[in-house]
Amino acid sequence: MHDMTLTELARALEAGEFTSRQLTESLLARVERLDGDLNSFISVTAEQALAAADAADAARGRGEAGPLTGLPLALKDIFCTQDVRTSCGSKMLDNFVAPYDAHVVEKLKTAGTVSLGKTNMDEFAMGSSNENSYYGPVKNPWDLSAVPGGSSGGSAAAVAAGLVPAALGTDTGGSIRQPAAFCGITGLKPTYGRVSRYGMVAYASSLDQAGPMARTAEDCALLLSAIAGHDLRDSTSVARGVPDYRAELGASLSGLKIGLPKEYFGDGLDPAVESAIREAVKVYESLGATVQEVSLPHTHHAIPAYYVIAPAEASSNLSRYDGVRFGHRCDAPKDLEDLYKRSRAEGFGDEVKRRILIGTHTLSEGFFDAYYKKAQQVRRLIRQDFMDAFEQVDVLMGPSTPTPAFDLGANKDPVSMYLQDIYTIAINLAGIPGISVPAGAVNGRPVGLQILGPHFAESQLLNVAHQFQQVTDWHQQRPAFGKENA
Amino acid sequence: MALEPQDVQRAAHLARLGLDETDADRYVDDLTRILEMADQLQAVDTDGVAPLAHPLDATQRLRADEVTETDQRERFQRNAPAVENGLYLVPRVVE
Repeated sequence: MHDMTLTELARALEAGEFTSRQLTESLLARVERLDGDLNSFISVTAEQALAAADAADAARGRGEAGPLTGLPLALKDIFCTQDVRTSCGSKMLDNFVAPYDAHVVEKLKTAGTVSLGKTNMDEFAMGSSNENSYYGPVKNPWDLSAVPGGSSGGSAAAVAAGLVPAALGTDTGGSIRQPAAFCGITGLKPTYGRVSRYGMVAYASSLDQAGPMARTAEDCALLLSAIAGHDLRDSTSVARGVPDYRAELGASLSGLKIGLPKEYFGDGLDPAVESAIREAVKVYESLGATVQEVSLPHTHHAIPAYYVIAPAEASSNLSRYDGVRFGHRCDAPKDLEDLYKRSRAEGFGDEVKRRILIGTHTLSEGFFDAYYKKAQQVRRLIRQDFMDAFEQVDVLMGPSTPTPAFDLGANKDPVSMYLQDIYTIAINLAGIPGISVPAGAVNGRPVGLQILGPHFAESQLLNVAHQFQQVTDWHQQRPAFGKENA
Repeated sequence: MALEPQDVQRAAHLARLGLDETDADRYVDDLTRILEMADQLQAVDTDGVAPLAHPLDATQRLRADEVTETDQRERFQRNAPAVENGLYLVPRVVE
């Protein structure tokens, strides 16, 4: 059961091969047995999961089952879940029990899914390795000495290890796509505004987006259809209809125009990764696509622009953690200033503090124009690069990451960690959608192919990803970790 | 552009983030390198380019000025460190 995709599980449940209760019990047992070595969960909500499974089985018995009824999944611990701890991987919110559900959580509950719990993550979504969590690092199921990627490392590892068939993650600079690549699974960052951010703890409000992480593009399409859509409670969510994202999965790729950005195949790209990506592109040519080189001239300015804009927005968003209304409060504060300063110093980890400090500095008087305003101007140029490219081609392709998963502890220097995001980060600045699919392996560590499309082109992206998965089997590989002896 | 410890202390104060001297020294190097990376942006010609604050270049949606939320103070205050009579307690501010 733990090897099956959401789509396969849905069929099996419908066919009565097993109940949602049996499936949930089996996965909870797997989590209990295996997650000690992975650390992918922060909170396992077994009681609620079993209750939801029973409710789903009852609904199915009444003939009221929908496409997601009774399907298990996990939620990154950044989504508010009512009456369940929502920690964002931080000491600051270790004691925070959310009083409400995030929009996406509501939608998934209404659809009858069964959440097994909240997954580990880099603190407040700031990181690319899941080594920045108050709850300890997450391991990569493909190699326990490697990182799973971040910030949605727990979600990625849990899916890769078959603890859950799917999970929700969030992506601000690559935090769905990069861990999906490192863990050999499929992860989609939708267009900015496609999915409501209500109840999703904010890191950088103009960049954050929730998205599905699963074994296949088909599963991602199923989940995206459930979570996408307008929400009055998120003023940046777009009033645009939600298609059935599975409807076009089967479309032929004959005539598809693929662009390979030359800046994504230069210095810093591991030759073995490049080789896997070029093989993947050949597969697309065999499916009838044509390939041409394009240019995204501002690619190398995306990292500095992001590391000005995101910390600036974070410094504003994280100012709400003041020890007054919720979250960590220091003991015996002398006065209000001491309350704020000590609560925040105690509650936040190093990387979060670094980003708050940089963000505060670049927004402060005398520096605002040179840094923040300049970065926003460069942001417009970065977005324009993509819009220009999509005049010539339908989709862009390249590696999701410059290397496969690196070892735990390998990137101690913040800036070298930031350079990990080179292929993913511009996508958030531009607001376009992107998906990473498994496309190879190097020394046992997975490689991800990233596919990018214009704003709101998720149906096409999922179709392009799905067709690759019809003729390759990278997405069907499983790590040795957690393999059951039949 | 190199940062001095006092730049870091100033930012820490603005952000109400407690930072002792050892911490401040530790962050000076990291933050200097991040800013040096950010300085690369100066090389880009942005004459006449409007800043992009929202990736879809959208403006804030407005709604009618009507009360739509209900009072859920008790529920939300369950997470508060210290409350009394529905008010959040903090150290004395006004003498």
